[in-house]
Amino acid sequence: MLGRTANGLFWMFRYIERAENTARLIDAGLRMSLTRMHGHEEEWESVLRSSGVFNAYSAANPQVTGPDAINYLLRDKSNPSSVLSAIEAARNNGRMVRTALTREAWEATNECYLDIKAKLARKISGDEMPEIINTIKQRTGLIRGAFHGTMLRNEIYNFSRIGTFIERADNTSRILDVKYYVLLPAVSYVGSSLDNVQWESILRSVSAHRSYGWVYDDDYKPANIADFLILNGRMPRSLAYCYDKINANLTYLEREYGERTSCHEIAAATLGMLREREIQSIMDFGLHEFLQDFISHNSRVAAEIAEVYRFYQD
Amino acid sequence: MPFDEMLTEDSLPRAPYKGYFNWHSEQKTSDLIKKSQDAENIFRKTGITFAVYGKEDSSERLIPFDIVPRIISGSEWRKLAQGIEQRVMALNAFLDDIYHKQEIIKAGRVPRALIEKNDAFLPEMIGMRPPGGVYTHIIGTDIVRTGEGEFYVLEDNARTPSGVSYMLENRETMMQMFPELFHLNKVRPVENYPKLLRQSLAAVAPPGCTGKPRIAVLTPGIFNSAFYEHAYLADQMGVELVEGSDLRVINGKVAMRTTLGYEAIDVLYRRVDDDFLDPLSFRPDSTLGVPGIMDVYRAGNITIANAPGTGIADDKAIYSYMPEIVEFYTGQKPILENVPTYRCSEPDTLAYVLEHLAELVVKEVHGSGGYGMLVGPAASKRERTEFAAKLRARPGNYIAQPTLSLSTVPILVKKGLAPRHVDLRPFVLVSNKIQIIPGGLTRVALKEGSLVVNSSQGGGTKDTWVLED
Repeated sequence: MLGRTANGLFWMFRYIERAENTARLIDAGLRMSLTRMHGHEEEWESVLRSSGVFNAYSAANPQVTGPDAINYLLRDKSNPSSVLSAIEAARNNGRMVRTALTREAWEATNECYLDIKAKLARKISGDEMPEIINTIKQRTGLIRGAFHGTMLRNEIYNFSRIGTFIERADNTSRILDVKYYVLLPAVSYVGSSLDNVQWESILRSVSAHRSYGWVYDDDYKPANIADFLILNGRMPRSLAYCYDKINANLTYLEREYGERTSCHEIAAATLGMLREREIQSIMDFGLHEFLQDFISHNSRVAAEIAEVYRFYQD
Repeated sequence: MPFDEMLTEDSLPRAPYKGYFNWHSEQKTSDLIKKSQDAENIFRKTGITFAVYGKEDSSERLIPFDIVPRIISGSEWRKLAQGIEQRVMALNAFLDDIYHKQEIIKAGRVPRALIEKNDAFLPEMIGMRPPGGVYTHIIGTDIVRTGEGEFYVLEDNARTPSGVSYMLENRETMMQMFPELFHLNKVRPVENYPKLLRQSLAAVAPPGCTGKPRIAVLTPGIFNSAFYEHAYLADQMGVELVEGSDLRVINGKVAMRTTLGYEAIDVLYRRVDDDFLDPLSFRPDSTLGVPGIMDVYRAGNITIANAPGTGIADDKAIYSYMPEIVEFYTGQKPILENVPTYRCSEPDTLAYVLEHLAELVVKEVHGSGGYGMLVGPAASKRERTEFAAKLRARPGNYIAQPTLSLSTVPILVKKGLAPRHVDLRPFVLVSNKIQIIPGGLTRVALKEGSLVVNSSQGGGTKDTWVLED
C-alpha cells in the first residue's frame, strides 16, 4: 500500500471523527444555553476552546455569541475543524484513496458530503439545529456502518481505525482539559447546581451522560467523570479505550508487515500507563498537567506512525 | 437535413435501431424520464464527476447522460474498425520514423519545420525506441458521421485520451436500468476493457522485467478534471494509483513509496502531460512528475504509456497530413477519410479562410476540449470579427475545416425523442496487437442544433452499442 494512501485513510477517518465531535460539542453547547439562566457566552467560549479554535474565532469575530459560535463551528470554511470543512476534507481524502475503499464506504462518504453541503449552504436557525445535528450524526454513522460492514480487515482498515482513535483521544482529552477546573476538588462549589450542569455538559460532549449513570452511581462526581473518560476501558470515547484500539490495530500491522517499530513501543507504553494509573494519582498529579502531557504524547504517536509508515515524502 | 442514425426521412427506424425503436414505442415517456433521473442520481452518488476549470463554485459537475443508446451495426463497425486499425498502425510507424530516420520528411511528404518547430515534438525522444516499439498504447480516435457509411476522422487522440470510464459506466448503468434491452439486442461487450488494458500494458513491460510486471496509473491528483477516471481505471485494473510525490528514482528504477518502503514499477500508465512528466527534462517547476524518470526511460527500465512525445502525431497541424502519412507507412489508401483541412499557415489558404469564416470551423492547433475554437455558422458577426483578428495575428496557430453536417441520434426530452448531433470516440489498445473495443464514448450536443459535443461546453454522453451481426 502506498504511504500516501495510508495517510489519506488516516486523515479521512480523523476528519469524519472530527465532524462528529464538533457536532457533539455544539449539541452540548446548545443544551447548556437552554439550561443556563443568564450569560451563556462562557459556555460557548469553552465549546470553542474545546474545539481548539477559540483564537481563530476571536480573530474573526468581535465577541462570542451563540449564533456566531454555532455558525463558525458548523459551516465556516475558514475553520478547518468546522463540520463542513471536516466533511469536505474527509471526502477529499476519500476521493484520493478511492481505490482502497469499497463502493459502499465511498458512496456513504460522498452522499454524506453532498447532503451536508446542501444543508449547510446557508445559515442555520436555532429551531433547525436539532435536525442538523441529527443529520450529521446519522450521515457519519452511515459511513461507519458501511465501512465496518464491507471493508476487509487489512492494513486499509487498520490505518483508518488508527486515524479515528487518534482523533478521538485528542478530542476527549481537549474537552476534559478545557473543563478541568470544574472537576478539581474545590470545596466551595461542590454539589452546587452549577456544578451539576457543568459536569453534565462534559458528559454530553462525549455522549456519555446516560452511560455514566449505568457505570457509576447517579450523582456526578468529578473523580468518577475523569475516571470514566480517561481510564474506563469500556467507555468508547475514553483515552484508555482509544489506546486499546490503536494498539490492537498497530499489532495487526506488525503481524501483516512482520515488523515491530518505535510507534508500537510508544503506543504500547501509553496503553500500559492508562491501564495502571489510578484516577486519584492523576488528580493528585494535576489533571491539567496530565492532559497536557497526554495531548502532546498523542500527537507524537501520530507523528511516529506517519514516519514509520512513510505517510509523507522525505 | 442532417443524417439521423435512428430514423429515415419517413420516420421509420433504420435497421440497427429496429429492436430498440419497437421497445421504445411501448414505453411511456414519463417513465423513461423518471429512469433518466434515476440514472443521474446513480452518477451523482457514485461521484462520477469532472471538474470544470475556472469555475470556482461548481468545481465538480456531472456529465449529463442520455438514456437513448447510440447503435452501430456490425458491418458499419467492421469498416470503422479496419480504418481505425490502419490509422493506428500508421501513427505508430510515423512516430517511430520521426524520432529515428525521418524518412517521411526526406521523402518530402511532411515539412521538416512542421515537425521540428512543433512544441509536441520532443528532441529527448530522438533515437529512443520504447519497449515493444509501441508509442501510443491507448488511443481514442474521434469519429464523426455524415451519412450512410460516411465516416470521418476528426482527431487522433494519441496522448492521453480520456472518457473511457464514461463508456464503461454508461454501459453499466444501462444494463442495470434496462436489462430487457440487452436480451432483445445482441450488444457486443465493452466491460472487459480494464482487463484488456491491464494485459496490454503488461505485454509491453521493459525487457528486463522478469515476473509479473508492476503497473501503476499516474494521476495529477484529485483536482484534475479526469481524476475520477484515473481512480476508476486503477481500481478496475487492480493496480496502484500514484501521484508524482509517491515516486522516486532509486537504483535506476522508478519506485513508489509504500508503507514498507520503495517498490519498483515496470509500467506507468501516465495521465500527466509530457511537460510535467520530468522536471529535470521538461518543465522544471512541475511537481506532478518524477525527477529523473526520463533517464530511467531511456535506459529501458520503465515503460511509459503513452510514450512521451506522441503528441506530435495528434497535433492538429499534422492532422491535415494524415492521408499522406497513412499511405506512406501502410502503402494503402486510407480507409477512413480525413475532414478536409485548411492550414492557415499558408497565405493563400488564410485569405480563403478569412473570406469564408461564416462557413468554417476554426480550431487552435494546440487547443483541446472545445476551447478556443470558432464555429462559423453559429457565431455572431462580432465573434467572427474578433476571431479574424486572432487569425491574422497568428495564422500558424490555426486550422480550419468545413462545417460538416454531423449525424444526429435522438435524445430523450419531455416530448419524447429529439435529434441531436453526436460524435464517437472508440478506444484502441496497442501492444503486440491492436485491439479496438467495440463501442466507445458517444458525445452528444444537448442543445438543439449545436455542433459542440464537448462536456465542458454543455455536451452529454450516450451508451454506444455495436451489434453482433
